[in-house]
Amino acid sequence: MAMLKYRDALRLAIKEEMERDPLVFCIGEGIGERGGSYKVTDQLYKQFGPGRVIDTPISEASFVGMAAGAAIVGNRPIVEILFVDFACLAMDQVINQAAKYHFMSGGQGFVPMVLRTQGGAGNSLAAQHSQSLEALFYHIPGLKLVMPSTPYDAKGLLKSSIRDSDPVVFIEHKLLYMTEGEVPEQEYLIPLGKADVKREGTDVTLVTYSHMTLKCLEAAERLAAEGVEAEVIDLRTLVPMDRDCILASVKKTGKLVIVHEACKRGGIGGDIAAMVVEEAFFDLDRPPVRIAGKNTPIPFSLNLEKLCVPSVDDIVEAVRSLG
Amino acid sequence: MNEANADLLRTMYQVALTIRRFEEAAIGQYRLWNIRGYFHPYIGEEAIAVGVISALQPDDYIVSTHRGHGHAIAKGHDTRLVMAELFGKATGYCKGRGGSMHVSNLGQFNLGANGIVGGGIPLATGAAMGMKQKGSRQVVVSFFSDGASNNGVFHECVNMAAIYRLPILYVIENNHYAVSTPVEQSTLLRDLSKRSESYGIPGLSLDGNDALRIYQAMAEPLRRARVGEGPTLIECKTYRHGGHHINDPGAYMPKEDLARWKAHDPIDVLRDYLAAAGVTEAAIQTIKARVEEEVAKAVEFASQSPQPSEVDFLQEIASL
Repeated sequence: MAMLKYRDALRLAIKEEMERDPLVFCIGEGIGERGGSYKVTDQLYKQFGPGRVIDTPISEASFVGMAAGAAIVGNRPIVEILFVDFACLAMDQVINQAAKYHFMSGGQGFVPMVLRTQGGAGNSLAAQHSQSLEALFYHIPGLKLVMPSTPYDAKGLLKSSIRDSDPVVFIEHKLLYMTEGEVPEQEYLIPLGKADVKREGTDVTLVTYSHMTLKCLEAAERLAAEGVEAEVIDLRTLVPMDRDCILASVKKTGKLVIVHEACKRGGIGGDIAAMVVEEAFFDLDRPPVRIAGKNTPIPFSLNLEKLCVPSVDDIVEAVRSLG
Repeated sequence: MNEANADLLRTMYQVALTIRRFEEAAIGQYRLWNIRGYFHPYIGEEAIAVGVISALQPDDYIVSTHRGHGHAIAKGHDTRLVMAELFGKATGYCKGRGGSMHVSNLGQFNLGANGIVGGGIPLATGAAMGMKQKGSRQVVVSFFSDGASNNGVFHECVNMAAIYRLPILYVIENNHYAVSTPVEQSTLLRDLSKRSESYGIPGLSLDGNDALRIYQAMAEPLRRARVGEGPTLIECKTYRHGGHHINDPGAYMPKEDLARWKAHDPIDVLRDYLAAAGVTEAAIQTIKARVEEEVAKAVEFASQSPQPSEVDFLQEIASL
């Protein structure tokens, strides 16, 4: 085991897959010699050259669509969008083209592309560089959606995403890039669609993903000091979602708190709550609770920004309120 | 005109006529409610698909448009399976999942029609990037309309294909209308190929109703693409023989313009070339009879094909 930063684990995943498969290539803005804004592709240009680590003009709609086109003819592109906010420029190509191609072609064609991007608040980057837009992709049949929280998960899931035959939207969190964790020296893959129980508990189920996993684990430690054992489920993959893991935990604890940074309205938490109510209503001792971002654009001032995103206190309070 | 040219002309004429008669027969089936949804006929524009695709190798890719039946037929697709797709039948190329606006056939290197105007241009450009990645000599042709050439992705993609020297031909089928908006209201340029100058690549504007001239003009763009010199922008000027789709009467199209273009019908242009090449009227009638038979068989096949299985569909989507 080596201690690696999240961004270094991602880079290692890309490097290993590019070495393994000559059809894998990276395309995006400033990912070449500059190594990307968050340095995920740092040094890859040196190893693989401009033919496989391709810098683009500021043309998101087109280079995302080009990744889809290259994928259809058998390549395995990894396209980087600097901020998930900018993915809005490419939504026709994501939603109308990449997501639907396999289906519309009657199963003839596949789109094995990965759209890597990052989102989330926390760096005072204001309303167009801080969003959590996963629900937009979650809503679209034909896309897979991955949001890892640890270096270990990031590496194993990115490798699986690259090898997957469908378009995968892989959303990193800007506050996670510098976090560290153990990553095995030997190769491993993490299958898409498997949640990870990051902490076992018997009293309440916290379902979360991405950066909020860290906050839920911190909340769980504080609750443990109060004698409440929270189970923390990190979904890791939102599509396909590991429903069985959630339902098994709720059966055990009888209480469900869903935590995500994205706006509460239309968020994934609502879908999870509805799913549990439909599938396991009588396992619940209390109504499900959603702790989510405020329904607002993200403000610039740090003190205001903090108010928009769930805090550890918010999570602890929510669990306490369940009694 | 030598014998090889006469053979080429005979083939081009047959394909163009097949497109024309296929569309007419399919419109007939639409009127009988055997085909539903949107239907954008290629009637009047046949020379472009025929001229461009005749110049390609069989394993060169094309990306088509919502007005895409002609490209599919020119690429050599089985007209029975195209018609079945229009009928939404299980035997269609896309098993009835796609329909008129989404016909694709990867086995013959047609990456598909597209319901989004301009939406196929990035896919085509990416396919060309994929060919470059693989070191392949295959070329990609991106067909799209004058309307699509006002979309941002057109400009972004032509620019990127130029800087990466991608093996692609961008073919603007300028039929003078974006749905109902005349091209004169959409741009001040009269020759859309001039847009190539903005991106540092060659451009040419052609008579889009003359399949032979189009075929001949493809040699240099294809050479450039295959040796890694990059893309070419090719405008083919043409005219729809009707509205945007078959339920649009096209009342906004001036009668005199339509009459002028119909007097320069791409099928007639090819027939005149055939006559000039010494092909007899009897031989032309033989081709016509062959086409009629093929189209009739396509309609019969589509009519008799089964609907897609509902059970299979529900299984297929369970994991989406």
